[in-house]
Amino acid sequence: MIIKCPHCGPREASEYTYIGDASIQRPDHNDTDMEKWSDYVFMRENPRGAHMEHWQHTSGCRSFVKVLRDTVTHEISDVTLEGPWQAEDKS
Amino acid sequence: MSRYSAFSLIKNALSGHKNWKRTWRAAEPKPHYDVIIVGGGGHGLATAYYLAKEHGIRNVAVLEKGGLGSGNIGRNTTIVRSNYILPANTRFYEHSMKLWEGLSNDLNYNMMFSQRGVINLAHTPGQMDAFARRGNAILLEGVDAELLDTEEISRRVPGLYTGQNTRFPIVGGLCQPRGGTARHDAVAWGYARGADKYGVDIIEHCEVTGFIKDGDTVTGVKTTRGDISAPKVAISVAGNTSTVMKLASIDKMPIESHVLQAFVTEPLKPLINTVVTFGAGHLYISQSDKGGLVFGGDLDGYNSYAQRGNLPIFEHVAAAAVTMFPNLARLKLLRNWGGIMDMSMDGSPIICTGPLPGMYLNAGWCYGGFKATPAAGWCFAHTIANDAPHALNADFTLDRFYNGRQLDERGAGPYPAHQ
Ligand SMILES: Cc1cc2nc3c(=O)[nH]c(=O)nc-3n(C[C@H](O)[C@H](O)[C@H](O)COP(=O)(O)OP(=O)(O)OC[C@H]3O[C@@H](n4cnc5c(N)ncnc54)[C@H](O)[C@@H]3O)c2cc1C
Ligand SMILES: [Zn+2]
Repeated sequence: MIIKCPHCGPREASEYTYIGDASIQRPDHNDTDMEKWSDYVFMRENPRGAHMEHWQHTSGCRSFVKVLRDTVTHEISDVTLEGPWQAEDKS
Repeated sequence: MSRYSAFSLIKNALSGHKNWKRTWRAAEPKPHYDVIIVGGGGHGLATAYYLAKEHGIRNVAVLEKGGLGSGNIGRNTTIVRSNYILPANTRFYEHSMKLWEGLSNDLNYNMMFSQRGVINLAHTPGQMDAFARRGNAILLEGVDAELLDTEEISRRVPGLYTGQNTRFPIVGGLCQPRGGTARHDAVAWGYARGADKYGVDIIEHCEVTGFIKDGDTVTGVKTTRGDISAPKVAISVAGNTSTVMKLASIDKMPIESHVLQAFVTEPLKPLINTVVTFGAGHLYISQSDKGGLVFGGDLDGYNSYAQRGNLPIFEHVAAAAVTMFPNLARLKLLRNWGGIMDMSMDGSPIICTGPLPGMYLNAGWCYGGFKATPAAGWCFAHTIANDAPHALNADFTLDRFYNGRQLDERGAGPYPAHQ
């Protein structure tokens, strides 16, 4: 599997560290609703097909990237930088 | 159905093995059953068997989307052990071990269950201390455990490199002498034959595509071979749990699906007569009766529904195998494959009623569901028959993730890749 890093270009997936599901949203720190936190920590959609996920290019530029990957074919249709750098991403 | 015996073997040998009977009927789906089990893997078949045998519930269908044994039951590396540390896990897996010990007789089917021992290697003094603690906790639960020094390990596993000239020298190990291996296909076939004998319909190539509901209550299933109704619908679909639960509008589960690979080498003369696991990486290896070395390691590392694996894990596992057994370096690999597993967020399973009325769930087996097959079937059958869990699976709830009662055997936190 090859992931195209916005900085470094196409690189072997073993250069990256998989972090996981990017669709889950961390509740606000002041939110004390236990159910929301349990959902965030434990519950996953685990789709068969398109999956939005976080990876880090740990053996490269160390950027965090968001990858849209198919969990059956492993086809990658989108890679973008995370956070404020997303806007600068011209790839 | 005829019993298998030395006599039946001789009789069939004399007629050129042409008169063996089918092992189970090719059943046609009926419109109604008392219990429907979705998934004809080891767990689904064992559940059907114990429902019939222990609870007298025989109007049961097992619906399997593919051929029987095409899932993880036919893909695993067959290691059986019960050396867990959390009491709920120890008791459950020890119950499984006891069922294994009598299973060939109970099913009149040779499971080739071989209690050849499972040795976990330690590579640091800290790891040895942790093993001593684990071994003592296991002994306190009445399960067997044995701490081994390097000398004893080299005596038991002569091919293993126990010298110092390596990055992770071996300093000792923990052994469960009653652990070992079993023939995985025989487990599926034996339970299928046993359940069939009691009248259970095993229906292959019948995929569940939806649930029939009355309000929230599940009253049956839609399948590729028509609608079937039942007051009790039990889900036991391993790596497909999330996709099947979505058919019942349950969109999130404490589970991720990941692929685990297995590898088999060309056959050799007897080399390893026990099961050995590497403690500084992740590798477990044993030798099948045909002579092939059977081994596996880590998950590929990202969510996957593809029943095939990647190359980096292949390399990693092969490197670990050669580190342990340098004499394997020139061996050829014969086959490798992958299976999709239901990795739960605390590494422990779920066997419970619900989550909807009329529904029962058996899932979250991670790497370790083969050894669990007898007890999972036994406990799931009890849960279905009594609408309540047995004491042995009372802690394996789905709502433990909401009330802080996770069973985190490895102490690794909420992470769907517990070993
Ligand atoms: C490579 C590998 C190595 C392993 N090694 C070990 C080991 O050494 N020791 C150990 O204890 N465990 C091991 N495991 C884990 C173990 O194999 C599994 O946890 C266990 O087999 C899961 O239970 P099962 O047998 O019921 O699963 P499966 O055999 O996968 O059964 C589930 C069945 O459900 C069916 N199904 C899915 N969706 C539907 C649907 N919609 N309708 C109808 N049917 C459906 C599938 O086709 C499948 O046959 C290993 C797994 C793998 C992949
Ligand atoms: Zn990069």
